[in-house]
Amino acid sequence: MNDYILEVKNLQTWFKLDTGTLKAVDDVTFSLRRNETIGIIGESGCGKSVTAHSILRTVQNPGKVLGGQIIYNNGNQPVDLVKYAPDSRAMRRLRGKDISMIFQEPMASLSPVYTIGAQMVEAVAVHQDKKDKKAAKELCMEMLNAVGMPNPEQKFNAYPHQLSGGQCQRAMIALAMVNKPKILIADEPTTALDVTVQAQITDLMKHFQKEYHMSIIYITHDMGVIAEMADSIAVMYLGRVVEYGSARSIFKNPLHPYTRGLLKSMPVLGRKSAERLNAIDGNVPVPLDPPAECGFCSRCTERMPECANCIPRLLEVEPEHLVRCFRYKAQKGENNVGK
Amino acid sequence: MKKYILKRFFYMIVLLAIMSVFAFVVIQLPPGDYLTSYIANLQQQMGQVDEAIVVNLRRQYGLDRPMWQQYFVWMANMFRGDFGESFQWKQPVKDLLISRMPMTVVLSVITLVFAYAVAIPIGIYSARHQYSVGDYLASILGFVGLATPSFFLALILMYYSNRVFGLSVGGFYSPEFQNAPWSFARLWDLCKHLPIPVIVIGLASMANVIRILRATLLDELKRPYVVAARARGLKENTMIYKYPVRVALNPIISSIGSILPSIVSGATVTAIVLDIPTVGSLLYNALLSQDMFLAGASVLMLTAITIVGTFISDILLVVIDPRIRLQ
Repeated sequence: MNDYILEVKNLQTWFKLDTGTLKAVDDVTFSLRRNETIGIIGESGCGKSVTAHSILRTVQNPGKVLGGQIIYNNGNQPVDLVKYAPDSRAMRRLRGKDISMIFQEPMASLSPVYTIGAQMVEAVAVHQDKKDKKAAKELCMEMLNAVGMPNPEQKFNAYPHQLSGGQCQRAMIALAMVNKPKILIADEPTTALDVTVQAQITDLMKHFQKEYHMSIIYITHDMGVIAEMADSIAVMYLGRVVEYGSARSIFKNPLHPYTRGLLKSMPVLGRKSAERLNAIDGNVPVPLDPPAECGFCSRCTERMPECANCIPRLLEVEPEHLVRCFRYKAQKGENNVGK
Repeated sequence: MKKYILKRFFYMIVLLAIMSVFAFVVIQLPPGDYLTSYIANLQQQMGQVDEAIVVNLRRQYGLDRPMWQQYFVWMANMFRGDFGESFQWKQPVKDLLISRMPMTVVLSVITLVFAYAVAIPIGIYSARHQYSVGDYLASILGFVGLATPSFFLALILMYYSNRVFGLSVGGFYSPEFQNAPWSFARLWDLCKHLPIPVIVIGLASMANVIRILRATLLDELKRPYVVAARARGLKENTMIYKYPVRVALNPIISSIGSILPSIVSGATVTAIVLDIPTVGSLLYNALLSQDMFLAGASVLMLTAITIVGTFISDILLVVIDPRIRLQ
């Protein structure tokens, strides 16, 4: 049996705007193994969140998944999620049941006008054919206990604004885990939290991964968290995966200039405080009708003439380590120019 | 919850008391009073008017006393159910108000329900289909509704309802039912007369609600909790009504307090054009002729409706939004 639970191939999600086409996701490819975690990293605005929403098919208008494949294999029959209509019954059945998501702002991601319990019970009931509110409530209480919610009985009837940020994120995780999903997408789940709470939340996710044998897509811009969580890493830049490989190979032997820049920008313990962090110069451009060039070429320190002429292809340079850069030459007979 | 309602109720009473002072002062503000013009009339008819008659009249109506005494007499009488006598109509103000208040309230409530019933679905549609043809149509309707002078619309509708449907226009009833006892036929006649005032008076509020709802719902639709609810696998329609719409209704509900009086008093001009006997047109005439007790009582009634409306919307808000409930 195929080892991968999710394979994203050449995914394209574009936003057709009045001012042009915003290619938020343009050729994203990665695979997710069972029980493993893939980290998706990159700066703000590089398409991480849009990728996540493309998988769930919850991209906001006017965004549309226009190309590629998202193969979900739950063990029976692999299905291509791109073929489903966003509001189709088949897609809704997967959402929150097989594939769950937790979000960046836990407070804002819970409706302010319903209790935690009401939102959790609804999440269970919506995937039940025969509604059983009592069993659903028991399941929710169990889950609130499992996420280490203090005083769960009381919190079940509490509103989000009565909870702290950390408690809200625990509630969100309980909400996402209540149907025991096969895949959990975590979109910067700890960005809005204190560092101490961050560690608790990541530990919690690892605990659930072991217990329920689920796979995690962990989206962040925090290299430190990714080093701790991920088995493999996809580095994204301007809507494309520019480097993809095991966490070990990417940290030990980063190939793409952008990945190297990111790693260099991490603060190192023991470095003199007067020294500045090595930031990558410039900002992520907006991919509005982007030209056919390597997206990173305007900021790259190792630029070559061909970088501004065409888009490089994602090449397997080492076993299971792919990079999208002209500095790495293709094998004989292969072309490293992308579309 | 109980404590909150009691507290609000107490505030409402205090507010009513304060507003009664304002109502009294405001109607006293214009120079002269009903007697001044009454005496001027007498003078024209009879030539000279005896000073004694004038003093007598003033004493009779209590107009010779200082203003604060007049206020307390007025208030004290009101608690006994005596709203004073209308100079102009030569009738107790109470009777005048009782004859008009019920229909005023009925008309206002129907108008409010009509405005909301039409505006809320349109507002939701408009926000969900931003920049679609339907959205633009709703926006046009909104602006036209806000910009059209209501008396003008009333005239147009009256003309067409007479020409096209052959209805007798104006008033609540056709002439033959004006003083008839209640019957099914009279009720049906009333129903035929209600649409025009309801549409004319409700249009502006409707336009307002559409615009408010569209704007707030557009904001709410982008909130993370909407995305999160969608990611939970809820049906799109269920999700929209259960999550963002519920929050977006807040400003609409809190506007009941302000929409209700604007319907009641803003309808004055319309009421005059359509010749419908509401408190608004009563107040208008009373102000023109400086009929102070009638004007005072009418102003106080309209104020009371406003304050009660605010009270109701406060309680509704608490019911619908837990964030307010728990503060």
